[in-house]
Amino acid sequence: MSARVETPGSAREAAELLASGARVRPRGGGTKWGWADAPVPDVVLSTAGLAGILELNAGDLTAVVGAGTPLAEVEAACAEHGLMLALDPPADGATVGGIVAAADSGPLRHRYGAARDLLLGVTVALPDGTVARSGGKVIKNVAGYDLPKLFAGSLGTLGTIAEVVVRLHPRPGTTATTVGAGDTAALARAALALAAAPLELERLDVRWAGGKGVLLAQAGGVSAVARAERAAGLMRDAGLEAAAQEDDDELWAEQGAGQRDPAGTVLRVAGLPAGLERVLASAEHHGAALVGRAGIGTSWLRLDPAAVDAVREELAPFPCVVTDGPPGLDRLGTRDPALVALERRVRERFDPAGALA
Amino acid sequence: MSLVAELERICGREHVLTDRDRLRTYESDGLLHLRERPAVAVLPGTAEEVRRVVAACHAAETPWVARGAGTGLSGGALPVADGVLLVLSRLRRILSVDLPNGRVTCEPGVANLAVSRAVAPTHFFPPDPSSQVVCTVGGNVAENSGGAHCFKYGFTTNYVTGLEVVLPDGEVVELGGAELDRPGLDLVGAFVGSEGTLGVATRITLRVVPVPETIRTLVAYFETMEDAGRTVSDVVASGFVPGALEIMDRLSLRAAEEATAAGNPLDVGAALIVELDGPTAECEARLENVLGVCERNGARGVRVAETAAERELVWRARKAAFAAMGRISPSYYVQDSVIPRTRLAEVLARIDELAAAYGLAVANVFHAGDGNLHPLVAYDARVPGQAERAEELAGEIVLACVAAGGSITGEHGVGVDKKRFMPAMFSEDDLAAFQKLRCAFDPAQRANPGKVMPTPRLCGEVPGPYREHPLEAAGIAERL
Ligand SMILES: Cc1cc2nc3c(=O)[nH]c(=O)nc-3n(C[C@H](O)[C@H](O)[C@H](O)COP(=O)(O)OP(=O)(O)OC[C@H]3O[C@@H](n4cnc5c(N)ncnc54)[C@H](O)[C@@H]3O)c2cc1C
Repeated sequence: MSARVETPGSAREAAELLASGARVRPRGGGTKWGWADAPVPDVVLSTAGLAGILELNAGDLTAVVGAGTPLAEVEAACAEHGLMLALDPPADGATVGGIVAAADSGPLRHRYGAARDLLLGVTVALPDGTVARSGGKVIKNVAGYDLPKLFAGSLGTLGTIAEVVVRLHPRPGTTATTVGAGDTAALARAALALAAAPLELERLDVRWAGGKGVLLAQAGGVSAVARAERAAGLMRDAGLEAAAQEDDDELWAEQGAGQRDPAGTVLRVAGLPAGLERVLASAEHHGAALVGRAGIGTSWLRLDPAAVDAVREELAPFPCVVTDGPPGLDRLGTRDPALVALERRVRERFDPAGALA
Repeated sequence: MSLVAELERICGREHVLTDRDRLRTYESDGLLHLRERPAVAVLPGTAEEVRRVVAACHAAETPWVARGAGTGLSGGALPVADGVLLVLSRLRRILSVDLPNGRVTCEPGVANLAVSRAVAPTHFFPPDPSSQVVCTVGGNVAENSGGAHCFKYGFTTNYVTGLEVVLPDGEVVELGGAELDRPGLDLVGAFVGSEGTLGVATRITLRVVPVPETIRTLVAYFETMEDAGRTVSDVVASGFVPGALEIMDRLSLRAAEEATAAGNPLDVGAALIVELDGPTAECEARLENVLGVCERNGARGVRVAETAAERELVWRARKAAFAAMGRISPSYYVQDSVIPRTRLAEVLARIDELAAAYGLAVANVFHAGDGNLHPLVAYDARVPGQAERAEELAGEIVLACVAAGGSITGEHGVGVDKKRFMPAMFSEDDLAAFQKLRCAFDPAQRANPGKVMPTPRLCGEVPGPYREHPLEAAGIAERL
């Protein structure tokens, strides 16, 4: 790569860089660099100089974190207080800013929402050379527009996130996970039953390949084991073979890992819980493997890049996005022109000269 | 053709009001001391009529303000003089209920509580403002409304998945949809909480969730506010998030008791409502835990609701607190500031000091879990100068909360009421960033002008020419 790497030490310096006239592309951990087949920018803005936990307010359940801070570092600091930042995307050295900008998430999304839902405030460096803060440092705030949500998932196209304020949650303490195995129809049935059950699950995921798979349901808290047993009962009623286990970290790390395939092709399907059977049928037809959030409806298919268009057509209207994949694939598919035009107007206001790469 | 004639053609004569007396209903929202008469109020009956009304306003270069039930407490639905008031109360159909996927799609004029009713008894819609019987989903979306249960469940923004929006130029756009994790910018997230300044929502898709298996509600009484506050902190520190944590002080207890006769004692310093909800086994274990924490912090008594009727009574007293203030004071002014919860004792002491200095009574009834205070400044508008002093005191309270690291508003919105405090929280550059979003949606600034931003600002043209973004070239993002 021939781009010059700059490592600003403050939001102010980052803003100056964005306003310098160069084409800039921010980079956190670099774990999702391939999600855009973008041409080489003039400057790579490394967020490594914007790292560090600036505040951890355990009593208030908030933290202020530099965008370049690895998620693992934030989790370690939170754990000392019995807390967590409830984000568990694939564990690969990603930074908090990168995860937020890419709206990446993992199985904990089931109970705690996506990055957007945990984001209380952002400080962004903008292409006009200014630094802007929005949101706040409290867990409830409606003053001004919700720019944190606009920046979450913007893939760095509006400005560079320098700092975030996040909401923390208590760690559940004890957890137990029920794993239920069976065929496609039983899995889909069990997934809906578990999603509707008042078990307050931490995570509810599916993993599937070649006509069969497993449903994983994690309960947390003082009654975790008893609730995992109830989950096992519901799974058996739906026709799965189910058993609960307490030592479950490995299981969940694998679920996250199934969302990525940097050397292959991954299609993220934004579906609905009751659409799982349809998604699985399409996966079967095209020889794809799947991990997914059964209660949310989002799935990741690892598949042959040649199958992308056909899967998209079969699963319409569910939006399907290629995340990992070779250059040249249609990453977003067809989108509503009125929406695309509005997004363009937003980008033009934040980055009129197209400085952000 | 005049705009009024055009509106009559679109909506029918009977749904277009220009007569002084009939317009009176619409002169103010829940912030009653501010009034403004619009030139015309129009009540469209369908989303298509809304689109045509907005397009007509655009063509006539006339500003307009959307209005739901008019319960807003920040003057968000205050009309613009000579403008159009777009009243959405006739759009009250629930369009679809999809329980397997947990989605409800409805028109904006549907009342908040009607959503939960439509999905009962298995599901509910978590945001529960005290005004939920009447306030509309459209208003909730515009204000990002909260309620007593949002410490655990989140706010309106966490439950809106899709919006059909009429933009101020009359174009219709679908933001989001039923599915989550969609590609592109999170314009649903940007629209929620935009206080009617980015367009009007004409169809709303919401996420509803299964009702908890068990709900346990208790009220604990304390000698002092500090004891109640410490109890909240200890409950939160014990490693779980209760469904609700609400505090009422002596004055608000008295007002609520006069209104509801819920049986709360009047000689205590504070009452703390704790509600635990979730799986039965978890709730019962945590209830023991909470009772222990109350006792350790010197609770004078604890009442655990044993029946649904008892729980109902606890909440009736809490939700009546605002309205009940009218029984002990001719007028009152509500603020909505937020503080980091750990600063509670210090900020409440400061509020007491300020109240004493102004010689006015301030009642506190608030969402203690998330530090969202609702100081109610009591005053008598018939006493010359008192309304102004009350407003000034309320302002001092807001600033004290911001100084403690908080926010000027937690759920009621900025509207006209709090826009003067925006500079206390945000710099010029911060405000300029907000304006970029506004200008992308509404470059002519005809949707609810004069709200949110502290001073009028222009939009200007987009400086060009812009280059194709590499992400667009790559197909990850588009401009068309
Ligand atoms: C007694 C009482 C208790 C309250 N308790 C709470 C509480 O606990 N929590 C809380 O958060 N709030 C509370 N509120 C405030 C208020 O009820 C909420 O802000 C509510 O969401 C407003 O809804 P509405 O339909 O009355 O909206 P309105 O007051 O009619 O309008 C509010 C804003 O929304 C805009 N708007 C309305 N409909 C649309 C639409 N379809 N598209 C775009 N913009 C639109 C308006 O332009 C305006 O800016 C309370 C109010 C009262 C009077």
